[in-house]
Amino acid sequence: MKHARIAWAGAIHDAIEADGQLELLTPAFKGRRLSFDEVVWLPPLAPTPPHRPRTILALGLNYADHAKELAFKAPEEPLVFAKGEASLTGHRAFTVRPAGVAYMHYECELAVVIGKTARNVKKADAYGVIAGYTVANDYAIRDYLENWYRPNLRVKNRDTCTPIGPWLVDAADIADPMNLALQTTVNGKVTQSGHTRDMIFNVPFLIEYFSSFMTLYPGDLLLTGTPDGVVDCQPGDVIVTEIEGLGALVNTIAAQASATKP
Amino acid sequence: MNPSPPHFLPDGTVYGTLLNFKHELALWAARAAEPPYKAPPQAPVLFIKTANTFSPQGAAIPVPARVAEVDVGASVGLVIGNFEEIEPHPSVDGAEYAIKIESTARLPGVVGCVLLNDLSIPHDSYYRPPVKFKCLDGFLGLGPRCVPLAELGDVNALKLEVRINGALRQTVDFAGLVRDASALLADVNAFMTLRPGDVLMLGSDCGPDGNRPRARVGDRIEISAPGFEPLVNTLAGEPA
Repeated sequence: MKHARIAWAGAIHDAIEADGQLELLTPAFKGRRLSFDEVVWLPPLAPTPPHRPRTILALGLNYADHAKELAFKAPEEPLVFAKGEASLTGHRAFTVRPAGVAYMHYECELAVVIGKTARNVKKADAYGVIAGYTVANDYAIRDYLENWYRPNLRVKNRDTCTPIGPWLVDAADIADPMNLALQTTVNGKVTQSGHTRDMIFNVPFLIEYFSSFMTLYPGDLLLTGTPDGVVDCQPGDVIVTEIEGLGALVNTIAAQASATKP
Repeated sequence: MNPSPPHFLPDGTVYGTLLNFKHELALWAARAAEPPYKAPPQAPVLFIKTANTFSPQGAAIPVPARVAEVDVGASVGLVIGNFEEIEPHPSVDGAEYAIKIESTARLPGVVGCVLLNDLSIPHDSYYRPPVKFKCLDGFLGLGPRCVPLAELGDVNALKLEVRINGALRQTVDFAGLVRDASALLADVNAFMTLRPGDVLMLGSDCGPDGNRPRARVGDRIEISAPGFEPLVNTLAGEPA
């Protein structure tokens, strides 16, 4: 099943995909169907409980070709950074390109949503703690790169710069998350194409690795890195990051000055 | 309704700040020019203490058997809120209150401060993000209370004392910040919005040798400052 979280008619609703439409789960509107165009798409994630902000871990250089593209040798252990939830935005959102920067690029990533509290989980059991999968676009603004805790938060933790969605797809519906094609288009032209089988550290490895020193909770996110093929994005560009079986996450780049205007 | 917890716990993301004391930045000056850093930091150097690190006041913090000692990063966190300034404690008199309100006006959105014990596995390199050194379960000791700014006055005048098993090991003077509370808040908010419930740590200082106080299993760590109830944690062996 594909789950969405949307804003419609003055409230936030959980919905599921049904015959190419959104079917609301909200009791007052239960069963009502809406077209994809008449809602605002939010990140497809339930809020976390009080005092437990969502942990978002993101991988750098987790595809050998992308590591080469950025002139790094492949890492020997996961290169990971954490992000704050304030960086997330939904499907069909605007992402702001700061004024005056030279290089802002998308990163199409398989996002893993944790479903069960996970500590010391072995690779063999890792799929048992996963709720589902979605698509993330982990934008980077390379002008701001510095070599202190790199990639630094100014590059990777900006408002609007992590679109995620459209759907949370149940883990049971994805036979093998390590066998999915990824693709990004910019204004309809394919600029990035890769495959999750080319990850250096695959999903079971990552869950074992992280849960060996930190507890992962339901709703926590792992963004598993991006393959080769990132290019600069300009205001007005429409970026579609798509993963086989999960859907296509659409995002439009907005200029900073116009971000608050219609 | 969610009942209030007995001790402070963050509602949002906790952001830490590295190299925000002039003293430590100066010790790094020569190395900062060399690879892999190649230049001193320009923007604030930030990291995140994830939710699994939260240890409320008095908690025993588990230290893995493979870790002989941990670094104690004594700090203060600015707590972001979306509500009006919390009333000061009745012990704060009116005239003093007016002065303190004035000094807090430079920290928009901040409702108060909390003592923090930012534990890390010691690491020599600041090149890559420190998740595996800083995001172990329980590795952020949280002071018992978010103390309203109006009770504290100037955050940059705070002095912390760090005691391990009762012995004074470090005094941290926030007059030595590279970016004071107001400048740090502004420079962080310039590229990411701190939301209500988020916490922004002002940073921790090192000693003359460049190291932070170190502690090991069985140690009792106490971080204290005027106006705060002391933050106390003990380090425990990791449960089998």
